Amino acid sequence: MLKTFSIGGIHPADRKISADKSIEVLPLPKRVVVPVAQHIGAPAKTEVKKGDLVKAGQVIAKSGGFVSANIHSPVSGKVFKLDEVVDASGYRKPVVIIDVEDDEWEESIDRSETLKTEITISSEEIVKKVGEMGIVGMGGATFPAHVKLAPPPGKKCEVLIINGVECEPFLTSDHRVMLEKGDELIVGIRILMKALKVDRAVIGIENNKPDAIKHLSQLADKEQGIEVQPLKVQYPQGGEKQLIDAVTGRQVPSGKLPIEVGAVVHNVGTTLAVYEAVQKNKPLIERVVTVTGPGVSKPSNFLARIGTPVSQLIEAAGGLPDNTGKVIGGGPMMGKALSNLEVPVTKGSSGILVFPHEEAHRKPMENCIRCGKCVSVCPMGLEPYLLMIETEKELLDRAESDNIMDCIECGSCSFTCPATRPLLDYIRLGKGKVGQIIRNRN
Amino acid sequence: MSIVLITILTLAGLGALAAVILYLASQKFKVFEDPRIDKVEEALPAANCGGCGFPGCRAFAEALVKADDISDLNCPVGGPDVMSTVAEILGKEVSKADPMVAVVRCNGTCENRPRLNDYEGATSCAVAAALYGGETGCSYGCYGLGDCVEACDFEAMYMDEETGLPVIIEDNCVACGACVDACPKDIIELRKKGPKSRRIFVSCVNQDKGAVAKKACDVACIGCGKCAKVCPFDAITIENNLAYIDYDKCRLCRKCVPVCPTNAIHEINFPPPKPKPAKEEEPANTPASSN
Repeated sequence: MLKTFSIGGIHPADRKISADKSIEVLPLPKRVVVPVAQHIGAPAKTEVKKGDLVKAGQVIAKSGGFVSANIHSPVSGKVFKLDEVVDASGYRKPVVIIDVEDDEWEESIDRSETLKTEITISSEEIVKKVGEMGIVGMGGATFPAHVKLAPPPGKKCEVLIINGVECEPFLTSDHRVMLEKGDELIVGIRILMKALKVDRAVIGIENNKPDAIKHLSQLADKEQGIEVQPLKVQYPQGGEKQLIDAVTGRQVPSGKLPIEVGAVVHNVGTTLAVYEAVQKNKPLIERVVTVTGPGVSKPSNFLARIGTPVSQLIEAAGGLPDNTGKVIGGGPMMGKALSNLEVPVTKGSSGILVFPHEEAHRKPMENCIRCGKCVSVCPMGLEPYLLMIETEKELLDRAESDNIMDCIECGSCSFTCPATRPLLDYIRLGKGKVGQIIRNRN
Repeated sequence: MSIVLITILTLAGLGALAAVILYLASQKFKVFEDPRIDKVEEALPAANCGGCGFPGCRAFAEALVKADDISDLNCPVGGPDVMSTVAEILGKEVSKADPMVAVVRCNGTCENRPRLNDYEGATSCAVAAALYGGETGCSYGCYGLGDCVEACDFEAMYMDEETGLPVIIEDNCVACGACVDACPKDIIELRKKGPKSRRIFVSCVNQDKGAVAKKACDVACIGCGKCAKVCPFDAITIENNLAYIDYDKCRLCRKCVPVCPTNAIHEINFPPPKPKPAKEEEPANTPASSN
């Protein structure tokens, strides 16, 4: 019996059609658009001005606080302008636009493919380096990684969990990284273990990726303290709290961080970025993005520079099919529909999904029949139907006491609702309002 | 027979005893309440809309009775009539507040503002706003999902099917401000109703730069400043690429209306322009608005 998390969960069809496509390097775009806020926390402060010449890897925006991250130029070229551009949400956000010229990197970056296994720097230096190199959680949440490597005083990390679950249907970028960059990952895990001063690391992988489990198990066997934990396929196992539950059997209390139960979770993409930052001096300027969908002629996994327009990735994957109804940034469960295709790839872009008309539409909402399905699938043990009504009727005090802030926005409730109610839409709204009230109170 | 008698007498005795206790208790624990509160409450329209800033008419009545100076307090629903009745009851002075009305500061109809994507989520502006910027290139404009109409208790609003924008029925609007609170985009504003219900306002809240705003919507304010230049009363300010007309300073001369290159400035309830091109004759029908 394989392990999994204990509450709720659903089983959407996994449809990993790009799983056997190896990572391809995407050609450089002509122009990149680099948002200065690509992470949770304070936006970075722009350090370049119009006309400046930049090299790939150069800092173009400095971290705006402890919970923030540096932004580096993903290409070499000339700063075309600093502007505000519509992002995936349809709002205008500050960006740096760079016209690409050649491909010149900072000299300090080691671009060779050789594997560097020896870790020469100390724990503190690793945390500092990860911060400098602008590394954020690459599973989608984009939480600055160095913050998670520095547990608050008095808290001790007992186990490092590497998130190779990739529970979202369609997405395969983490899967490909595990298959193709296994050696680098193992070194990355050792770096993270050293930074956190732990002697045990567990790589959690869902059972629908047997090749990745096999490959990493072979590599992990040679290392002290690293093990691979195959997990039963269940969405949303890639959620931090769900993964901790699945691997260790411990549940993170409401409103608390994973460190409370002695765990720190990092995604495989982040781990690879940490390896490159520490061993190769390379900042986070490119990432693996899955471009896929039922109608896409050439589903692929691309290694794309940050700031590349989404349209270029779709073009490289065979272009937009005629009957396209929706393009989603991220996975089909938690991703967001894109309102325009010129938005750039950011540090948190794990995938671009193209759906035909037939699959793109939501059914009209009907009345709640109180069947309780949403309650039984909620991985956080909440009552989504109730939270939706409370938000709708502005009963925000009750929503707060019903733990609306614990919602991880996985969408399991909306997915399972037989009356196709927009449960998550309302809960997200309620979370925003309750969060505002809590912030004002403090 | 005697059982019946005893029962009746016992019950009557108990009743009398209880009455005495209740009477004494009510004397002992009596809370004095100003009888004027009830009178004032009766005079108020009992809409309980919250437009006065108090939770319901009763609370407003209490505040009116308590306050020494009630010139700051106003019932937007009842208007001057109700307020003068209240002043009579209380023997206090009441200021004549200018009647207000809600205006929708967006003219992004389907024609003016091309759609770039389709929204299929919950029919609620608040939900849509929590998700993204909207179906068009303008992330400031109306979502057209009708949260304001839902919030209106006075049947003073409806959604125009053709334009996709809310319309305010002036005669029903009491300026309670419920729609202003309901709009996540702050498009609706309470403005002075103006003499003969005539008023001028900028029907746009887009703060993007001119070219971007114009591309998203044909009738967007592009912040060019022509209106501010032509205004003789300094009533127009340009901030964040957006013009705003201060209704207290505006004397309704209408000079700003024709100079706007995108027709973003709207005039309401003015007589149609005379056939001959008019230059200086507008002030004739615009008495200085009562301040």
